[in-house]
Amino acid sequence: MKKTLILCTCILLVTVLCLGFVQMLVTPKYMTDTLDGALIGEYYREKTPHDVVFIGDCEVYECFTPPTLWQEYGITSYVRGSAQQLIWQSYYLMEETLKRENPKAVVFNVLSIKYGEPQNEAYNRMTLDGMKWSGSKLRSIYASKTEEESVISYVFPLLRYHSRWSDLTKEDWKYLFHRDTVSHNGYLMQTGVKPKTSNIPGRPLVDYTLPEIGFEYLEKMRLLCEENGTELILIKAPTNDWKYYWYDEWDAQITAWANEKGVDYYNFIPLAAEIGLDWSTDTYDGGVHLNVFGAEKLTSYFGKILAEKYGISDRRGDVELDTVWADKVAIYQKERNGETQ
Amino acid sequence: MQFTSFSFILFAALTLIVYYLVPRRSQWKVLLLFSLFFYAFAGAEYLFFILYTWFVTFLTGHILQHFADREDAYVEENRATLSKEERKAYRAKEKKKRRRILTVGLVLGFGMLAVLKYTAFAVGNINGILSAFDAKTLTVPSLLLPLGISFYTFQSMGYLIDVYRKKVRAEKNPAKLMLFVTFFPQLLQGPISRFGDLQEQLMGQHAFDGETVRAGLFRVVWGYFKKLIVADTAMIGIKTLIEQSDKFDGIYVFLLILLYSAQIYGDFTGGIDITIGLSEAMGIRLAENFNRPFSSRSTKEYWNRWHITMGTWFTDYVFYPLSVSRGMQKITFGATKRLGRGFGMRLPVYTATIATWFFTGLWHGAGWNFIVWGLLNCLVILVSRECEPLYRRFYKKFPSLSDSRIWHAWQATRTFLLMGLIRSLDCYRDVPKTFRLWGSMLTKWNVGELFTGGLTSFGLGIPEWCVILGGIAVINLFDRLGRETPVHRRAAKRPVMWFATVCALLVLILIFGAYGIGYDASQFIYQQF
Repeated sequence: MKKTLILCTCILLVTVLCLGFVQMLVTPKYMTDTLDGALIGEYYREKTPHDVVFIGDCEVYECFTPPTLWQEYGITSYVRGSAQQLIWQSYYLMEETLKRENPKAVVFNVLSIKYGEPQNEAYNRMTLDGMKWSGSKLRSIYASKTEEESVISYVFPLLRYHSRWSDLTKEDWKYLFHRDTVSHNGYLMQTGVKPKTSNIPGRPLVDYTLPEIGFEYLEKMRLLCEENGTELILIKAPTNDWKYYWYDEWDAQITAWANEKGVDYYNFIPLAAEIGLDWSTDTYDGGVHLNVFGAEKLTSYFGKILAEKYGISDRRGDVELDTVWADKVAIYQKERNGETQ
Repeated sequence: MQFTSFSFILFAALTLIVYYLVPRRSQWKVLLLFSLFFYAFAGAEYLFFILYTWFVTFLTGHILQHFADREDAYVEENRATLSKEERKAYRAKEKKKRRRILTVGLVLGFGMLAVLKYTAFAVGNINGILSAFDAKTLTVPSLLLPLGISFYTFQSMGYLIDVYRKKVRAEKNPAKLMLFVTFFPQLLQGPISRFGDLQEQLMGQHAFDGETVRAGLFRVVWGYFKKLIVADTAMIGIKTLIEQSDKFDGIYVFLLILLYSAQIYGDFTGGIDITIGLSEAMGIRLAENFNRPFSSRSTKEYWNRWHITMGTWFTDYVFYPLSVSRGMQKITFGATKRLGRGFGMRLPVYTATIATWFFTGLWHGAGWNFIVWGLLNCLVILVSRECEPLYRRFYKKFPSLSDSRIWHAWQATRTFLLMGLIRSLDCYRDVPKTFRLWGSMLTKWNVGELFTGGLTSFGLGIPEWCVILGGIAVINLFDRLGRETPVHRRAAKRPVMWFATVCALLVLILIFGAYGIGYDASQFIYQQF
């Protein structure tokens, strides 16, 4: 009996190890392609706390550069952005972040409020797979999963990615046990330039009412920040492509909510000129997102507000932070100057 | 709740745990509750139909039993006073009454199946005739088709016929009969069980026995292996071959026949393995439905080895009653007199065979492709029967062949291909198109095309082919190992071996199985029937 038990334990161990290894192998690494998928997970490597945390979709991780914020204002920050991050995913990321640290301000980009229901499995994965296991992650999965998805496939990603066994690339083997850092504190650098050539407005909608669930989560965000003594700041990034158009009617609803609740809201779309954005040089994809030059301008502009209006103090001079951020800035500059890929 | 869904796996595990935790006398109640939940999970509206079938079955069975008991009691009481002839006459009179009751039960039971499953088909055909005469066509109704309706209707009606024939006593407890009708592992794709075989097992008390549970669980995992590794991977290519049949004709039709044979074998036997395995883990032995059908050397043998419970159902409840019915006897007598003994002898057998295969085809689906499929099987069986004297003469001339392995292999290959060819009617689901595509095999037999990219041109890459062929090799290996004692029972006797094999199978399924997002072939084919 004892021998049987020992043998069965060994078999179980080998099976678990085997499945664990295959799971690590087939799980997408997002190291050389679709880098957006790696952003959420990188946050856990941070060793020093942040004064400001940006949360939201691609507009956030392409608009704010933490190294610039540090260089110009001595503000430590992190961008917890991911592609098509839905508002409930932002909320649960915020919840998780506030359990781990106590930033002075959380900045949330409101574009995702337009979605009232789960959208796309691939984007869900890019946000949720990177999160560490916690109650927040589990709740986020339940809130986000599409009909075809199952919670168990998030617990065991092998169940989702097993079919990749026949499509494995060198990247899967190279990054089997480690990952490179692809972002700059969550900022995904784009150095290319593709000018915006037209100003086509979004297609007229039948109904401009924003989904109720979006406001429910906004309220939850507000209460969460209030509980944690953190300032909640709403923003709308300055980009306004027709595919991801921000309608005036939506803006009015957000403004009304923010005014009612006493939350600050900054719509950067009409402020583009004041920020100094030049749509012929400051975007890498024809105006859908900012490139690094545009992002630096916006960061610089917003940094001033953060410092002056919200009194987020200059942390330069703190030896530990100076050392950490000097390295970050150096890596940032290197990539910006095209010295690394 | 699909067998391949995570929710089913959780549900089955929970059933098993609760089943062995409750007092043994309550085990059948647990099964009933879980079975009803299982069925309601697919849609509460489906529950109505299965409960209707149960109600009709219970009521008819109860009345039949009442009449049978009354008849027996009367004969017993008056045994001394009644002559043999009087007893016979009384029994015949009573039987007539019971037959009427049975007919009502069968009409009510099969009626629902007929209405729900065949109305659209019937109206479609009537419309075809009407439109030929430029008459106004009827609206084709869109009716709900409850899950597993063919299986539970046939099982329940089989029970009624058995009660009528006094083979079994009608179940007094309506809840127990409800369990027989709704027993969830076999609800969706059989096997079609007989009440006499299942009654004791379903209602009986089963103590936890490690070996039995291990054997059952092994078989469940084995079923998933067949389904997810072979059947669903093959389905990826089959779907393209069917959907783009105009492009994939000629040699690809032959390839489809081979691939679909592997697919349906993995799908159906895999599903049955899950059903039988799960039941076995609860101490309930269901009837086997397959016995290495692809090694059959004749069509008749094939049908004795493939979907056995359906075959025996049709034999016992359609073929025999029809061939020995009084009406048939009269016709046979007349035919023998006018057209000779040979014809007269053949008439009842042929008529019953044709009717049986017509209904077998119809049972599989409301479509001409299924009817033609059934009738073609029938044709092959009858032609084989007619050719028997020829075979006998042949074997007399070449006696060594009857024991030759090569000759046996040829016979098995021939039967396999013939059955596969007829089965492809089920793929294309369009009779003229299927015949056209069969014809294209004669005109476009370009084997070379397969090896110059053809094999990987319809959704299956080299890795998928390796998985399918590897899966078939493993199935073949297990088949050989289990000729005397099935592998799952052999493995269950040695816990370490059992655990190692189950773990290995699970690893293979989890990595190479066709499941999850991106695969939508997960529904078992026989669930549609």
